[in-house]
Amino acid sequence: MKPFVDPPVIPVDGRPEHPDNLPLSIHDLTVAYHRKPVIWDIELNIPEGKLVGVVGPNGAGKSTLLKACLDLVPKTSGEVKIYGESYKKQRSLIGYVPQRESVDWDFPVSALDVVAMGTYRKIGWFKWVGKAQKKLAREALERVGIGHLGDRQISQLSGGQQQRVFLARALAQDAKVYFMDEPFAAVDAATEQAIVALLKELNKAGKTCLVVHHDLATVKRYFDWLVLLNMRVVASGPTAEIFTKDNLQKTYGGKLSLLDDVAEALRHVGR
Amino acid sequence: MWADRSAIILRRVILVILLLGAESASGGQVDWPEAGLVWKVFTLQDYNTRQVVISTILLGVTAGLVGTFLLLRRRSLMGDALSHATFPGIGAAFVVMILLGGTGRSLPGLLVGASVTGLLGVLLVMAIRNTTRLKDDAAMGIVLSVFFGVGVALIQMVKDMPQAGPAGLNDFIYGTAASMIHSDFLLILVVAIGTCLVSLLLLKELTLLCFDESFAASQGWPTVRLDIALLTLVTAVTVIGLQAVGLVLIIAFLITPATAARFWTQRLGWMLTLSAIIGGVSGWLGASLSALVRDLPTGAVIVLVAAAIFLLSMLFGCGRGVVPRGLRHARLRRKVGRQHLLRAVYEIVESGQPDVAEPVRNLPVTFDALLAHRSWSAAQVGGLLRTARAEDHLENTEPGSVRLSEAGFGEASRVTRNHRLWELYLIRYADIAPSHVDRDADLVEHVLDAEVVSQLESELQDRPSSLEVPPSPHFINQPSPEIS
Repeated sequence: MKPFVDPPVIPVDGRPEHPDNLPLSIHDLTVAYHRKPVIWDIELNIPEGKLVGVVGPNGAGKSTLLKACLDLVPKTSGEVKIYGESYKKQRSLIGYVPQRESVDWDFPVSALDVVAMGTYRKIGWFKWVGKAQKKLAREALERVGIGHLGDRQISQLSGGQQQRVFLARALAQDAKVYFMDEPFAAVDAATEQAIVALLKELNKAGKTCLVVHHDLATVKRYFDWLVLLNMRVVASGPTAEIFTKDNLQKTYGGKLSLLDDVAEALRHVGR
Repeated sequence: MWADRSAIILRRVILVILLLGAESASGGQVDWPEAGLVWKVFTLQDYNTRQVVISTILLGVTAGLVGTFLLLRRRSLMGDALSHATFPGIGAAFVVMILLGGTGRSLPGLLVGASVTGLLGVLLVMAIRNTTRLKDDAAMGIVLSVFFGVGVALIQMVKDMPQAGPAGLNDFIYGTAASMIHSDFLLILVVAIGTCLVSLLLLKELTLLCFDESFAASQGWPTVRLDIALLTLVTAVTVIGLQAVGLVLIIAFLITPATAARFWTQRLGWMLTLSAIIGGVSGWLGASLSALVRDLPTGAVIVLVAAAIFLLSMLFGCGRGVVPRGLRHARLRRKVGRQHLLRAVYEIVESGQPDVAEPVRNLPVTFDALLAHRSWSAAQVGGLLRTARAEDHLENTEPGSVRLSEAGFGEASRVTRNHRLWELYLIRYADIAPSHVDRDADLVEHVLDAEVVSQLESELQDRPSSLEVPPSPHFINQPSPEIS
C-alpha cells in the first residue's frame, strides 16, 4: 500500500479513464430525484491516502454524491469506480458512516450490537454474530474512546457518543476507503477531537477518507484534499491550493452559471 | 409510528368489544363450563380442543417473532393492508376450486389464494410508492380498501352459487378455530414452525434492515428482497391465522405482543423472546377461553388477552412502563424538593451571620424566613419539612422554627457547595450572567454525582478545594421572580 502518490493525471479529452490506483474516480455522474437534478456532470479523481473534505452549501448534493458512490441512489448517468472497478466488486473495501439522523436511535440494540453490524458481511448469510465479531466490535469501540459504553442501549448515549458508535462500526468494516456523511454535525468538542484523531490515524495507515463537512473554519486543519461542491464540482485538489476566496465565492456565492438556470428550469418541468 | 400502532390496537379492541357485545346480546345466556373441563382444556388434555389450542399457541409464538420485525421495520400499516388483501384471494380460490369440481372448502386451497392476493396487495403498495408521489399511508389505504371491497363482493357472489351452501367463508373475517380438522392442523403446524425458523435464521439480516437500511445496502445486502422476505413471513402468519383469528384481527395479534414486549426491555433478543411468549400465552389463554365459553369467537378472545397483556406492560413494564417512569419522576422531584429546602436553610443561616469569613454555624431558622426565601406556599414548606424530618435531617426546636440535625447540616453544606460550584462553572465557561446563573444551576445541581463534582473542582482550581462552601456569586436574598 502506498500511503502517498503523486496527484493523478486527469484526462483532458473527456474520455473515461479509471486508473486502478485511484480509490475513487467518477466520470460524468448525474443524479436526479424525481427528474430533479441534484448533482450534475461530476468529474472527480481522488488519490490514495488522502483525507478528503467534501464541502459545499446546503442542498449542494454532498450526501447525494456519497450515496451515488455507494450505489444507494440510482445514477441518471455516469460511472463511479473504486480502484478501477465497480462498487459492486469492491464493496469489501468500503466503510460507510451514514448521517446520524438517518436511523432511529430508540432501536432496542446496544452500542456493541450496532458496531458488530460492521462485520455482518464477513459473517455471511444466516449465521449469528459470534464471539470473534463481538471482540472485534469491542476493539473498535475502544479505538473511538467509548469502550466502556458497549452495553448501553443506544438511546442512552449522547449525540457525540452515537456518532462515535457509527464510526466504530465503519472501523469494524476494516475498509480501505471510508465514506463519512457529516460526522462532525452537532457533536461535542471531545467527540470532534476524537474523530479528528481517528481520521489522522486512518490517514497514517494509508486509508482514504471522504468526509462530508460543513464547517469552513476547520477545513484547512482537518483535510489535505478538498472537493468544493455545488451541484457540480467547483474545484478539487490539495486543500492548500483549492481553499481560496475565489473558489469559495464560486461555491457559495450567488448563481454559478447558465447551468444553474437550466437546472432550475428542469426542476420546474419535473414538477 | 407510535400513534399508528396504538390506533391499530385500539381500533381492534373496540371492534372486539362490539363484536362480543353483539354476540352475547343475540346468543342469550352463556353456559359456564364445569371446573374439571376447564382444567383439562387449559392443560391440553381435552381431545376436542387440544388441536385448536396447540395451533393458536404456535401461531402466537410465530406472530410474536415476526411481529417484532414488522414493528421495528415500521410496517404495521403494511401488515394491515396485507391482511385485508387476503380476502379476495379466499373468495377467488373458492370459486376456482368449485369450477375445478372440488368442494371449495379445502383449507390449503383457500390459503394459497389468500397468500397470492396478500402478496399482490403488498407489491401493489410498493409499486404505487415507487412510481407515484403518493405517500405510503395513501398507497396502503387504497390497496386495503379496494382489495377488501373486492373480497366482500366475491364472497357475496359465492354465497349465491348453488354448490356453495353454508360455506362459512365469513369465518375468515373474524376467525372461528373450532372448525379446524386434523389436516388443517398439520398444515398450520408446518407453516408456523417453518416461519419461526426462517425468521430466526434471518435474525441478523432483518435486524440490520430494520435498523439501518442504507448501511445494509452499502454492505451489499439485497434490501428489497429482504423486505419482501419479511412481508412473506408476515403473509405466512396472516394466512395460517385466518382460520383461528381472522383477517381483521390478525394484525393486532402480530403487533400487540411485540409492542407489549418493548415496554420491558431494551434488547432485541429479549424483545423477541418476550414477544413470542406473550403471543403464545395469548393464543393459549384465548383459545382455551373461547373453547370453554360457547360461541365466543376465538380471534376476538385471543386479541383481548393480548391487549390485556399490552395494557399491563404499558402500565408496569420495567423498561418504559408508565408507572415505573412516574415513580422515577416522583423520586427525582422529592430529591429536588429536599435539596432546595436544605440549601434554603443553609443560605438563611449564612446570611444571618455577622462575619462572612467565619465558618457557617448550624442555627435554628424561623418558618417565616423559610417561607420568604423561595416562592413556596406554606403547605409546600410543611410537606418538605415533614419529609426532611422523616429523613432525620431536622432536629426538634421550639414551634415556629426549624434546626438542621448534624446529618442534615452536612448534607445542606454539600448541596449548597455543589450548587455554587456549578454556578461558578457556568459563569466562567458558559458565559452566563451571574444574575441568571441561579436558575440554570437549579436544574442541574440535583444530578451532579461525585465524579462531576471532582471534575468541577479541578476546573475551578483557584477555588478552595477543601470541603469549604464558596460564597454565592450573586445576591441570595433577592430571588428573581421566575424561580418557583
